[in-house]
Amino acid sequence: MSDAETVMSGQETKIVIAGFGGQGVVVAGNIIARACVIEGRNVTGMISYGAEMRGGTANATVVISEGEIASPVVETPDMAIIMNQPSLDKFEPVIAGGGLLILNTSLVDRRPHRDDLRAVQIAASQIAHELGNVRVANIVALGAFIRKTKLLRPASVEQAIADLFASKKAALVELNIRALNEGMARLVEAS
Amino acid sequence: MKILLKGNEVMCEAAIQAGCRFFAGYPITPQNEVPEYMSHRMPAVGGAFVQAESEIAAINMLFGASAAGARCMTSSSSPGISLKQEGISYITAAELPCVIANMQRGGPGLGNIRASQADYWQAVKGGGHGDYRLIVLGPSTLPELYTLTMNAFDYADHYRNPVLILGDGILGQMAEPVELTPYAPVVDLPEKDFVLDGCAGRKPRVIKTLYLRPALELVHRNELLQAKYDKISSELSLFEEIETADAELIVAAYGITARIAKGAVRTARRNGLKVGMIRPITLWPFPEEPFMRAARTAEKFLVVEMSNGQFIEDVKLATACRRPVEFLGKGGGWYPTPEAIFEKISTMCEKSLAD
Amino acid sequence: MEFERPTTLLETRTHYCPGCGHGIVHRLVAEVIDELGIRERTIGTAPVGCAVLLYDYFNCDIIECAHGRPPAVATGLKRVLPDRIVFTYQGDGDLAAIGTSETIHTANRGENITAIFVNNAVYGMTGGQMAPTTLLGQSTTTSPDGRGLNHEGPPLKVCELLASLDGVTYLERVAVSTAKDTIKARKAIRKAFVNQIEGKGYSLVEVLSMCPTDWKLSPQQGVDFVNHQMKKVFPLGVYKDRS
Repeated sequence: MSDAETVMSGQETKIVIAGFGGQGVVVAGNIIARACVIEGRNVTGMISYGAEMRGGTANATVVISEGEIASPVVETPDMAIIMNQPSLDKFEPVIAGGGLLILNTSLVDRRPHRDDLRAVQIAASQIAHELGNVRVANIVALGAFIRKTKLLRPASVEQAIADLFASKKAALVELNIRALNEGMARLVEAS
Repeated sequence: MKILLKGNEVMCEAAIQAGCRFFAGYPITPQNEVPEYMSHRMPAVGGAFVQAESEIAAINMLFGASAAGARCMTSSSSPGISLKQEGISYITAAELPCVIANMQRGGPGLGNIRASQADYWQAVKGGGHGDYRLIVLGPSTLPELYTLTMNAFDYADHYRNPVLILGDGILGQMAEPVELTPYAPVVDLPEKDFVLDGCAGRKPRVIKTLYLRPALELVHRNELLQAKYDKISSELSLFEEIETADAELIVAAYGITARIAKGAVRTARRNGLKVGMIRPITLWPFPEEPFMRAARTAEKFLVVEMSNGQFIEDVKLATACRRPVEFLGKGGGWYPTPEAIFEKISTMCEKSLAD
Repeated sequence: MEFERPTTLLETRTHYCPGCGHGIVHRLVAEVIDELGIRERTIGTAPVGCAVLLYDYFNCDIIECAHGRPPAVATGLKRVLPDRIVFTYQGDGDLAAIGTSETIHTANRGENITAIFVNNAVYGMTGGQMAPTTLLGQSTTTSPDGRGLNHEGPPLKVCELLASLDGVTYLERVAVSTAKDTIKARKAIRKAFVNQIEGKGYSLVEVLSMCPTDWKLSPQQGVDFVNHQMKKVFPLGVYKDRS
């Protein structure tokens, strides 16, 4: 089954987005969840909450299903957007067999140790830097994620971005949508 | 239209929709979104928000706000709820309506900030001093948290009794799409003839909880309160039953644990195991009837809870210990996974076959 | 001189001991409420302590609170009903020991309420134990050798303490141990209510009062104790006036 078919079958698809605080992992999780709401799917989101506000490791988890979602808590994610090296070290061991890794190769300096995982590379931070704002690296990675998994329609994700940043400047929405498109265009299948 | 909100925000918005116009609270993880949300929403709807100096002050502010006739609410998490117990006893004794939310975290002591269900006894058996009861609601999903929070204000006004929403850190922190349906009362709302708003055109009113003379006045006062609790017990019993009719094994769980357990029960059914589930929604009054009924037909029970075993006592009482009740749970911030619950179910079902 | 019962006081005998100051303070508060014509929009809070039965004597709405919590309860009442007059009536244990936190924060938020603080340097209702305002050397049932500087610490001075808070509007310490003091006390209480009516914020009047029973003194000796001992430690006067 493809990733998209898994969701359609009523099974839960569990996603983790992990990085250091300030990399926008919560925003990325929020956009995925909002896009699910736009598409009328069942979804839950959780963010790690703790004492560290900036600089520490942060992660957001999203569960998507056409059926009822049992637990919003994810212990064995099916797929992970990995924004930095410590997050790969932390989550690689717990990803479900056959699971998918979206690796921000700008800040991840090794390949996965496990050979039962699929991996896609995206130089998210580098691309974000080229776009003029390294803080959109999360959205670049998100672009690679939706291109690879086809879990969500790009239009829904664009709508979710527009909704989330509705109160901000239009230029910010535009930048994020460019980041999304760059991510979709520039992912590299790991060999 | 469904919108994506965190549980803590869902609860706040439900309270606002239900006409809550006074909120007092003190920050504590994992319910900080509640005072944060209320701090801007409450003034926007013409209500009052106070960041109290302590949970003790917050609950006593509710004592005043409720006496003044407002629908009012406070929220906290476990250690803060312990601090509120003094005020809860007084408010219950004075028969004032209010809504209290506990987004439980790991304990005892300062514990941790992971989700927990270790305050069950405190919620349903007392917590503060004296014989009293709270109406306790255990929502399992965010749409249910929305509805039950609105209902909580109705039950509080209808019975003139505090209502406790017993949530947990997951419920408060998770996000899920919710349809923010308009508020409509679910029970009859009596006129508030106790309100202290100045005695213009009427005799002065007194709200008090001290009954010294004659010697047995407090006994009579207690009898009146007990009669009210009996009435609530006979009228209010909310629960969800899943595939219990032919079930050999009944899983009992409440709140977020029930949501997780439901996934395991569905998996068990797909695997041909005759497993059902009872999920109390009112934790006090405890819905005894479905348990008594299931105890006649099912072979055994499994209780899953995020504590070392508190809710299980009520399940044993409700089934009069007629069937074995096994336990899956731990305190201190442990969460069950659907897989772990399914594994336990499978083991119990295999053992049945072997017996 | 006309001497009638204020409408705000009910016609009944109080449970207060001979020589106790509560009856005088009750009367002053009631007279002021009458004079300002606010009885029908006033809500009082009763404390835990000797004045817990306030509602047996006051002819207005009253809520009896947990020990020390009247400022929080008053906050809830006033925030919901900002056009009503809310007063707390508290003793030294209620206001300055178990309820110190509520007192300080309610004062500092500048809640628009009136606090009547009756300081008699002893716990009356429970039978003469040490209060936060008990004088150094004063013996009580829990400080039998007299309050000591090192173990019990010196008496807590509420007006001086609250005077440092920018949120407070009006603080005055008065007494009811002489006729002259009592007239001043009435003026201070009146001002504390007028401040609230005019929306000026938190006002507190500390009243030095007699408790001859728990001081183990006669009523006359009780008056002398206030005049000669308490006033030395708790000087009368206005401690803050931003009104």
